[in-house]
Amino acid sequence: MKTSIISLAVAASVTSALAAIASPALAQQDGKEKCYGVALKGQNDCAAGPGTTCAGTSTVDYQQNAWKLVPAGTCEAMMTPNGHGMLEAGPAPA
Amino acid sequence: MSTMQQRFAAGLMKPESALPEGLTSWNCRQPKVRYDVYRNNVMVSLRRALASRFPAAEMIVGEDFFAAMADIFICEHPPRSPLLFLYGDDFPDFAAAFPPAQSVPYLADVMRLEIGRGRAYHAADVAPLDPARLAAVAPDDLAAVRFTLHPSATVLRSAFPVVTIWAMNAGEAPVAPISDWTPEDALVIRPHLTVEVLRLPPAGAVFLDALAAGGPLADAAEAGAAAHPDFDLTATLACALSGGAFSTIQTQPGDQP
Repeated sequence: MKTSIISLAVAASVTSALAAIASPALAQQDGKEKCYGVALKGQNDCAAGPGTTCAGTSTVDYQQNAWKLVPAGTCEAMMTPNGHGMLEAGPAPA
Repeated sequence: MSTMQQRFAAGLMKPESALPEGLTSWNCRQPKVRYDVYRNNVMVSLRRALASRFPAAEMIVGEDFFAAMADIFICEHPPRSPLLFLYGDDFPDFAAAFPPAQSVPYLADVMRLEIGRGRAYHAADVAPLDPARLAAVAPDDLAAVRFTLHPSATVLRSAFPVVTIWAMNAGEAPVAPISDWTPEDALVIRPHLTVEVLRLPPAGAVFLDALAAGGPLADAAEAGAAAHPDFDLTATLACALSGGAFSTIQTQPGDQP
């Protein structure tokens, strides 16, 4: 029956969405800072700032303008194939 | 209004017009000088009110263009309210039809986004929906859940990459060529103290508008799926929930949880 299929799909999506946002890294917490350029493709945290986008939408690895929450003070020491993490957003991928 | 007040007001938006008939000045032999100062202050203050409400738009077209466009708008659409922070609600529509601005067709949508930011800033403080409330709903009842949008929320649909353009001109992102020129829907929201601008996933605006209209979750999901082949209910819900787009949910029509 169409209605029950939709209900199942909706319930599954709600469960997935709740699981996605339940990630402890999502909410910006004390002692954390935004770190740009270290998130793998699709692994950036959800936007907390203007003009940014939602979780899991970065399109290349180590995208320079997608950030991942990391403990304060550790960001710039992170190494990626493109260099260190940055505390400011880098250019969008070409 | 008395005729003197009508004549006084009528000349305010016409800088070249003569002194209103019968107007005198107690401290100056040239009342037109005083009147010119007064009406210049009126125009400058309104121009500044618009510039402070639409800073990214001013950045896009430049100060001179913006001031010239504002002057024409002010003359055609003088304020109807003393609340200057609300002045210019119809400025985006004006800009969309303003012939010299046709080379920047995205300008009006950027301005609509900026109006959303101002509204969000002044909206009532309301705690966003705790996702645990949704998690507590029985799976069988989820399709019928109705959401109330957060009072600060503005959902904006655009045929342009409006969020990217706004961000670049609001100092939120480096200015660079936009290689991915695709339509973007925006959610402007102030869940806590900071006004935030989120780019919604495809058909996110259709989905949120359907929820805002009072429809149940299943209907909104169907509307989203019908509007865009890439509509993703999970991603859109996660974005809206984590962005604080909702204030409360109702599990049954008329039931106030």
